[in-house]
Amino acid sequence: MKKVNKATRKNFLTYALVIAAYGVLQSMVSSGSISSAMKGMLVPICAYVVMAVSLNLTVGVLGELSLGHAGFMSVGAFTGVTAAMALKGIVASAPLRLLIGMVVGAGFAAIAGVLIGIPVMRLKGDYLAIVTLAFGEIIKSIVTNLYVGVDENGLHLSMLTNKLDLGEGGRMIINGPMGITTIEKISTFTAGFLLVMVTLIIVFNLVNSRSGRAIMAIRDNRIAAESVGINITRYRMTAFVISAALAGAAGTLFAMNFSTIIASKFDFNTSILVLVFVVLGGLGNMLGSIIAAAALTILPEALRGFADYRMLIYAVILIIVMLTTNNKAVGDLLQKLLPGKKEEEESHG
Amino acid sequence: MKKTLALVLAMCMLAACFAGCGSAKTETAEPTAAPAGDAAPSADAAPAAFKIGGTGPLTGGAAIYGNAVANGAKIAVDEINEAVGYTYFDLRIEDDAHDAEKAVNAYNALKDWGMQLSLGSTTSTPCSATAAETYADRIFALTPSASSPAVIEGKDNVFQMCFLDYPTQGGASAQYIGTMKLATKVGILWKNDEDYSTGLRNSFVDKAAEMGLEIVSEQTFTEGNADFSVQLTELQNAGAELVFLPMYYQPASLIFAQAAAMGYAPKWFGVDGMDGILTMEGFDPQMAEGVMLLTPFNADSKEAKTAAFVAKYRELYGDTPNQFAADAYDCIYAYKQALDAAGATPDMSNEELCDLMIKTFTSMTFDGLTGTGMTWDATGAVSKGAHGCVIENGAYVGLD
Repeated sequence: MKKVNKATRKNFLTYALVIAAYGVLQSMVSSGSISSAMKGMLVPICAYVVMAVSLNLTVGVLGELSLGHAGFMSVGAFTGVTAAMALKGIVASAPLRLLIGMVVGAGFAAIAGVLIGIPVMRLKGDYLAIVTLAFGEIIKSIVTNLYVGVDENGLHLSMLTNKLDLGEGGRMIINGPMGITTIEKISTFTAGFLLVMVTLIIVFNLVNSRSGRAIMAIRDNRIAAESVGINITRYRMTAFVISAALAGAAGTLFAMNFSTIIASKFDFNTSILVLVFVVLGGLGNMLGSIIAAAALTILPEALRGFADYRMLIYAVILIIVMLTTNNKAVGDLLQKLLPGKKEEEESHG
Repeated sequence: MKKTLALVLAMCMLAACFAGCGSAKTETAEPTAAPAGDAAPSADAAPAAFKIGGTGPLTGGAAIYGNAVANGAKIAVDEINEAVGYTYFDLRIEDDAHDAEKAVNAYNALKDWGMQLSLGSTTSTPCSATAAETYADRIFALTPSASSPAVIEGKDNVFQMCFLDYPTQGGASAQYIGTMKLATKVGILWKNDEDYSTGLRNSFVDKAAEMGLEIVSEQTFTEGNADFSVQLTELQNAGAELVFLPMYYQPASLIFAQAAAMGYAPKWFGVDGMDGILTMEGFDPQMAEGVMLLTPFNADSKEAKTAAFVAKYRELYGDTPNQFAADAYDCIYAYKQALDAAGATPDMSNEELCDLMIKTFTSMTFDGLTGTGMTWDATGAVSKGAHGCVIENGAYVGLD
């Protein structure tokens, strides 16, 4: 009983912290007391937070290492932006277009998740990691060779070379390796915040449900889970596809924040970056993922004062954080400090 | 087990970070002084300076371009500050690692610094992202080298210094080959996952048909490809007399070495991205012997201004400046000329300066290192000529 309480309390603490952070930042934005550098990073941070939380669902909760998470982000980014751009002139409201874009992005990423899930869910462990890695590269190659345009007759598609014959007033959307160059920037911090909240609600409710317990049982002992009648493939697929869909929505949010987006942005390095957020924040620890994603997005920018040495210092800081969070002495110290804090909280609440 | 693997992979990325820093360090050691040195307030109580900012890849795979721009702009700023006797320009170049997201972050950092005039970004994709920001913020931008049409499209305050954006550069190459009768059977080797290469290849093919050039073989490769033997064999079998290489210098350096190893020696024709190959670390300039390219800047020119710039650049940075450095140098002087002509003062806001600059740039004529009689039209595109160059004894020599 107490254990459930603890988990629920942590979830509500996460919601509260996210809402508080949004409140503080939003008031700073409206009063103009925030720097342009920080203001420019708000939407990317929201996108990376959603990426980290969704990957944590696969890596931390499901216990499978995915190295192609940026691939889902890419699918979401390109399909979502295409949808939002094609609807320009039909749907007047920008927030509504962004919402439709995110839903379309999430939908296509989910379809990609199912397709990749069919072969991948037959594998486990390192094999699964390699297949997801390959998937990320495939997506990059496909988008690089994809040409999409829109005219009054609707969407036109072609592969490899630009064979589109657009009618009067038609315009290119995805232009092969040039990517999308004329994105209307309609992502807002509020939209990003709402997406983070929706993601947290979905993930927390999944983890604390019957399905979530089945997923964690598979992670902890596959054979034992199978022996009590849990449908392994079904639950693994559920977690994987939800994770992919959320990454797709994050991709749309991210892409709609820049005027240009190219396929090679979502490469192996981006997948690893998100994985670093998850590992640094702690596997299965959503609040940790959020903090790590935000901190590691801001850090390289905050280090600009060091000019050429900034990436070196960034790397050194990462190593130090990794070492200290995995250090037993530091862990013991935290344990000593934490019970006191908890008692304090309980006496207040 | 999984945790260990994840950790190992994370460490791999860190190692990559280190590797990136290490290789770039020797190149970037010099420009570090640029922002720091300029930020130091001048001793005399001179009027405030115009703050010029820009982003470019000071680290990573495209670092040669970013550093060339930073160095070229620094030389021009120092010259002007010395000539007027006080700090006229305050220059700051931020690293964007050739990535649109980082470029926007760098741009925002420059905005916090108080940038009044922008040098945009050095490379195309980051520049189309920052150009949208400069347009929204009404900061005038003059990019030295971002040649994509997406950079200036629909933005009245974004101008280009680089010659011929690529839809015309590929065509100009085909026209040059056709009119100079360099070859009739032409092969193309291009990188089909890069906007720069694809754009050039498309415009080349369009113009080649018009010029009566026969394209006998087209070969492609993608990012990270290190073995070109299949493509080169195909080109050789197809009997290509001249091979057009619309790409940056890195893959080109491998292609030259591998073609030499298999004894295939067609005429090579490059584009402005090939500029920089002679100063590439670990590349034998002998390999690039006889390579032709179109570039607006010739470092061997006897012309006084160019010779002085090249000498100064060599003295300060130990390299021969490429076209990117010359473009950046020209950008600063074009700004100086425009600011003088418009009677602008550093206490003006970026909006006021933006309106003045749009008016001045579209009406003035500028003579620089990369061309004389340059003019800009309202779209922001520059009009200036291109020279054919051939590499002889490790240096560019004018073809005409």
